[in-house]
Amino acid sequence: MVTGQFVRKLGAAATAMLALMPAFASAQEIGKGHPEPGQFHLQQSVTPIMDSIVAFHDGPLMWTITLIVLFVLALLIVIVVRFNAKANPVPARFTHNTLIEIVWTVLPIVVLIIIAIPSFGVLSDQLTTPDGERKYLGANIFSFGEVEVPAASVTVKASGEQWYWNYEYVDEGVAFDSNILGAAVDSYVQTVKPNQPRLLAVDNELIVPVDTTVRMQVTSSPSGVIHAFAVPSFGIKIDAVPGRLNETWFNSRETGLFYGQCSELCGKDHAFMPIAVRVVTAEEYQAFITAFKESRDYASAVAVLPAIQ
Amino acid sequence: MSQTANLEAHATGHDHAAHDHHTPTGWRRWVLSTNHKDIGIMYLVFSIIAGIIGGLLSGFMRMELQEPGIQIFHGLASMVYGISDPSGSIDAGKQMFNVFTTAHALIMVFFMVMPATMGGFANYFAPLMVGAPDTAFPRINNIAFWLLPVAFILLLMSLFFEGAPGSTGFGGGWTVYPPLSTVGHPGPAMDFAILSLHVAGVSSILGAINLITTILNMRAPGMTIHKMPLFAWSVLVTAFLLLLALPVLAGAITMLLTDRNFGTTFFAPEGGGDPVLFQHLFWFFGHPEVYIMILPGFGIVSHIVSTFSRKPIFGYMAMAYAMVAIGFVGFVVWAHHMYTTGLSLDVQRYFVAATMVIAVPTGVKIFSWIATMWGGSITFRLPMLWAIGFIFLFTVGGVTGVVLANAGADRALHDTYYVVAHFHYVLSLGAVFSIFAGWYYWYPKMFGYMYNEFLGKLHFWTMFVGVNLIFFPQHFLGLAGMPRRYIDYPDAFTLWNRVSSIGYYVTFVAMIIFFYATWEASRKKRPAGDNPWGDGATTLEWTLSSPPPFHQFSTLPKIDSTNAH
Repeated sequence: MVTGQFVRKLGAAATAMLALMPAFASAQEIGKGHPEPGQFHLQQSVTPIMDSIVAFHDGPLMWTITLIVLFVLALLIVIVVRFNAKANPVPARFTHNTLIEIVWTVLPIVVLIIIAIPSFGVLSDQLTTPDGERKYLGANIFSFGEVEVPAASVTVKASGEQWYWNYEYVDEGVAFDSNILGAAVDSYVQTVKPNQPRLLAVDNELIVPVDTTVRMQVTSSPSGVIHAFAVPSFGIKIDAVPGRLNETWFNSRETGLFYGQCSELCGKDHAFMPIAVRVVTAEEYQAFITAFKESRDYASAVAVLPAIQ
Repeated sequence: MSQTANLEAHATGHDHAAHDHHTPTGWRRWVLSTNHKDIGIMYLVFSIIAGIIGGLLSGFMRMELQEPGIQIFHGLASMVYGISDPSGSIDAGKQMFNVFTTAHALIMVFFMVMPATMGGFANYFAPLMVGAPDTAFPRINNIAFWLLPVAFILLLMSLFFEGAPGSTGFGGGWTVYPPLSTVGHPGPAMDFAILSLHVAGVSSILGAINLITTILNMRAPGMTIHKMPLFAWSVLVTAFLLLLALPVLAGAITMLLTDRNFGTTFFAPEGGGDPVLFQHLFWFFGHPEVYIMILPGFGIVSHIVSTFSRKPIFGYMAMAYAMVAIGFVGFVVWAHHMYTTGLSLDVQRYFVAATMVIAVPTGVKIFSWIATMWGGSITFRLPMLWAIGFIFLFTVGGVTGVVLANAGADRALHDTYYVVAHFHYVLSLGAVFSIFAGWYYWYPKMFGYMYNEFLGKLHFWTMFVGVNLIFFPQHFLGLAGMPRRYIDYPDAFTLWNRVSSIGYYVTFVAMIIFFYATWEASRKKRPAGDNPWGDGATTLEWTLSSPPPFHQFSTLPKIDSTNAH
């Protein structure tokens, strides 16, 4: 029967697609701080928060949803093969089976509870700014917390504008704007920073120190609209709402450039206000911030840093 | 009762009633209609027209997203607005893309899915299934339908009025979040959209009142609420959701209207308001709304699965009350759409827990459909293919919902294409598959003719491949971090966007097959007979002629314990 064959083929295809996803993920070479061509996995993590998101998604969540889909598919295939009119000319008449109904109510509850345990842990970590004492889950989401994270020592306020970001080093009293590189008429192909990807490269990156907890305060200009500040490899995403000061945090263990994009529809240039965070060593950060405070000029301050490769 | 029998009864009936019972003809039959079946057909036709427009809008978006860079919208914009300056046309094109995403969503939700399920199928078949001669308020039924084209025209008009300064149409998403829908779009386009939603909302509320009253008061003798067919159950639950959710939307968008025009500051921080308040109100409506779109589909699929398995529905009571539970819980989970707005830890914990609860009654439904088929003697006629396709694809869309329910994981996926993939799996592949299942299941009943089985199956398989090609790769885009509502994307996202666009073209071909199959069936006029599906089809509509007489059940059917649901 045509249907049976197709369902079987479909089963094979879906099995391949779904089941191989977690396996492929480790095999796929994933770049740091930005998406790679053809990527089908979360971006590579450089913070304890993103570690826990990746572990949670690739572990309990991916296994559960893959197995459920395969289970339903297997049942449908059995039905198509065994209970078609040819194979089974006389239908059964049963309409109830209390035991199995209890099982398929209780079993999902148990599965959901198993998911909920790490889920609440991961969530609590994200929404609790480190005080230096609290331990974070990191990649071991079934632990009680084993990653030490220092208390926040740098505070940056990001303000969403139409359509760029403004960053203020709150404790230093200096701020700058960060705009997309390139022009719309050239499809944002830019030559200023040739090694940086189109639509993600900005003129002025947010510069923060490595292995340091950075508190991000996120808001939007009072007369503006909602934006959202997101950096996938840090595992952070929070709305920039006019009249509100939202807070999140990150602690990057690696230096480099990490990109994000505005994640709340904000009008015409919603797709063209990227976020670029440059993580540098503590010494480089000190040199930069000292120069910035003196000159109040981002361009000359950033010149003290080594050129980006 | 067959049509002939009805006519004979009519001829020998009372003279004074005769002039009332003439079937109206010409435009009067439709425009002045108080007949639930004719109104149901008008809803279905309306839904198809709106679906064509909404589907074409998404075609432009998929063409745009097929390659990185801006391909077509600057050209479209310069054509529509007559802009020759390249940077001006790109700017207008960017805004136009947002207008298209907004219009696509509003049209598909309010003018395609809802009119098809709660307008078309519910109007036509809920009264038949409960053994009622018509709905309780036939004239309300008429106005409920005719408000809908008015609302649709208002929405289409909004596309041609100024929205954001210097461009036309509202491009702030179907969620109409302020301040983008207030200070971001000062022009009248947004006011037209608000009025359109108001009128569509009134239409739905009237329809819901009518259906609730019909189902609660006009069931045939012997049909207790617990013998009522599951489609009637699904319509009853959905109508209550409409009745409770839509007034909240109406309130929210009225506040938006006064913020825009009369200087109130409900959602403006400078006057002590809060943009996030709007999101709470919107999603208090918006989350039940997604169940409004899918619940009637649950009802349709239940009947099809039972009919073609030649087996009664497994766990009828659990199936009925699972829908009640989904409807109830659907009202207390709204803020899972708002995990990134800055909600406190405790609030997010609550919404995670509440949202995951929904998986339980939904699982009961999936497993009960499977148990209904288990042990059956199944013929894989066309409606059954759509129903099985629905069950599988809805499962895929459901499990990604469980992923997104977890605020911790949603942090990475919120407002990415993962969300787009998720809700299209439950709507574009779930609700729409159930609509096509219902269309082919009831086509012979509504029109009296049989569709071409081969063309129908070709439609199914082409569409199955097409929609999966569109939406499965979007999971990958979302995981890799591509935000939604983007006209252009970093080059790394090219591959899966291209696959997705190819899927659109396949689906487009599927829709052409659908229209051809419908045209073919209307030309060939193969008589379907009262019940083309055999002894598995047990609900009351199959006891009538195809199409049913203009007024059915002049003698009310009696339901005994053997022919329940």
